[in-house]
Amino acid sequence: MNYLMRRLATFPLVLLGVSILVFVAIRMVPGDSITAMLGTEAGLLTPAQRDSLAAYFGIDQPWFVQYWRWIGGILHGNLGISVTYGRPVLDVILERFPLTLELAVLSMIIALAVGMPAGIFAATHNEKLSDLGVRIVAMIGQSTPSFVLGLLIIYTLSAGFGVLPAMGEFAPLWQDPLRNLSQLILPAITLGFAFAASVTRISRSAMLDVLSDDYVRTARSKGASARSVIWRHALPNALIPVVTLSGIEFGYLLGGAVIVEQIYALPGLGRMVLDAILQRDYALVQGSVLFIAFNFMIVNLLVDLAYVALDPRIRLGES
Amino acid sequence: MRILRAIFSHGSGRIGGVIVGVYLVVAILGMLGLTPHNPITQFRVDRLHAPNGAYWMGTDLFGRDVASRLMAGIGQSFTVAFFSVAFATLAGTVLGLAAAWLGRRWDGIVMRIMDVLLAFPAILLALLIVTVAGPGTWTSIVAIGIVYTPIFTRVVRGPALSLKAREFVDAARTFGSSSSYIVTRHLLLNLVAPLTVQVTLALAWSLLTEAGLSFLGLGTQPPAASLGLMLSDSRNLMETAPWLMIFPGLAIMISILGFNLLGDALRDILDPKMRRAPA
Repeated sequence: MNYLMRRLATFPLVLLGVSILVFVAIRMVPGDSITAMLGTEAGLLTPAQRDSLAAYFGIDQPWFVQYWRWIGGILHGNLGISVTYGRPVLDVILERFPLTLELAVLSMIIALAVGMPAGIFAATHNEKLSDLGVRIVAMIGQSTPSFVLGLLIIYTLSAGFGVLPAMGEFAPLWQDPLRNLSQLILPAITLGFAFAASVTRISRSAMLDVLSDDYVRTARSKGASARSVIWRHALPNALIPVVTLSGIEFGYLLGGAVIVEQIYALPGLGRMVLDAILQRDYALVQGSVLFIAFNFMIVNLLVDLAYVALDPRIRLGES
Repeated sequence: MRILRAIFSHGSGRIGGVIVGVYLVVAILGMLGLTPHNPITQFRVDRLHAPNGAYWMGTDLFGRDVASRLMAGIGQSFTVAFFSVAFATLAGTVLGLAAAWLGRRWDGIVMRIMDVLLAFPAILLALLIVTVAGPGTWTSIVAIGIVYTPIFTRVVRGPALSLKAREFVDAARTFGSSSSYIVTRHLLLNLVAPLTVQVTLALAWSLLTEAGLSFLGLGTQPPAASLGLMLSDSRNLMETAPWLMIFPGLAIMISILGFNLLGDALRDILDPKMRRAPA
């Protein structure tokens, strides 16, 4: 509990750092958001119109006033107004987040469902041909960038089967689950492939580590079946590194998968942030980066708490 | 020399070493302009030509030789990868050593700044930096360097802290060695092994990030060649000219594979704790 409190106490500090960093960085991007929003039409604005637009979005104030207002707003749950969407930033983020969350969950399910059995299989067939096969595939998987795999999948589908991945208007899960799944399954496989490869490698090496421990040998010598040794004795301890890896990877995926969203034309968080940066949509960039950083920290905290659940010997906060 | 022998007697080290070696040669040839054709010359009559004797990997939409562009692109990607990892290694080592050696307040400040940087997803942080500074080779180098600095800081700080508490450091202090001597001679030299492994793996990530940035149009700028850019350009021509996608895609994949294999081998060789369970 003490540990949890201390960890939570560092959250505001790190978030403050993130907020300052992103606030300063996005203001260093050359150009202004009103010109970026209106394009060539910005030239048609009279100075008075431009001033009132700037005042509306609050970008006419000195930077410290802007920062102060922004932080004040956050404490009231108000992340500001997006210049590009003309709507509250939090609304825009929350509209994009379900897709990103769903994609991250699907990728993780694929990664764990493929990676863990593969890793355990390889560990129990250590140094055999099948182990080598799994290791080679995992190594190739880990070295395949998501955009290479994504393009290969699209190419194979279109050239081999004459079909294209389901794109077009995105269907939320609760409105049209089938269409939603058909839109997300290929991106999830694209992201899940390298993720599965990492899970395979880490679960294999964790399992090998545990299988050579004394308590596993004791269990074997007492006549426990191979199945029970693996599932009852070895697996719970081998899970810890797998949880760490998956947690961190999941945390990153919650930040949006910019490139995969780009390839499959998905309206997720990653593409929104990329567009917001390019459009100099200050409020949206600031708000979404803060949102992503917060999620990442929460996931990391949950991973740490999961250690305790998996291994009661671990007492967090003690060095 | 001994390390080279160890790499070549290690199964995946041998494969990784050969791949990285071949890529280095290709990268140098590409950077020196020793390519079959000029990578930006447009052979208009031979646009979108499939691979043949004259164009080993075909030509692109503008009639440029894909093989030559690939070589130039590998040169470009490797330049960015090497310099950005050098940046991250140097910055991370200095910060990590400073945090560990100075301790207390400095440790707190440095590590909180690293926490802030780590809370950003890598590609987003790089994107933000690149947009601020404008796309280009040096921007990519600095952006990717900053993104990977926290990882090196952590890799250095942890072991440096435990080394600092060891008896030989106390002994050196008793003998009157200066702080800078202890840090460089006793701490840094003992960190070479974990750093070497990290550098090799970081080269793989850095290649990946560079390709990603270029893919999004924020890395290397046309008409210069880069693997990510070539891949991004291939998207609309996938069905008519699949070679435009396949060769750069494979080139990126195999280069990352090479560094990953080499990194794994180095970890087995240099880190005795990991030897028990090679992955």
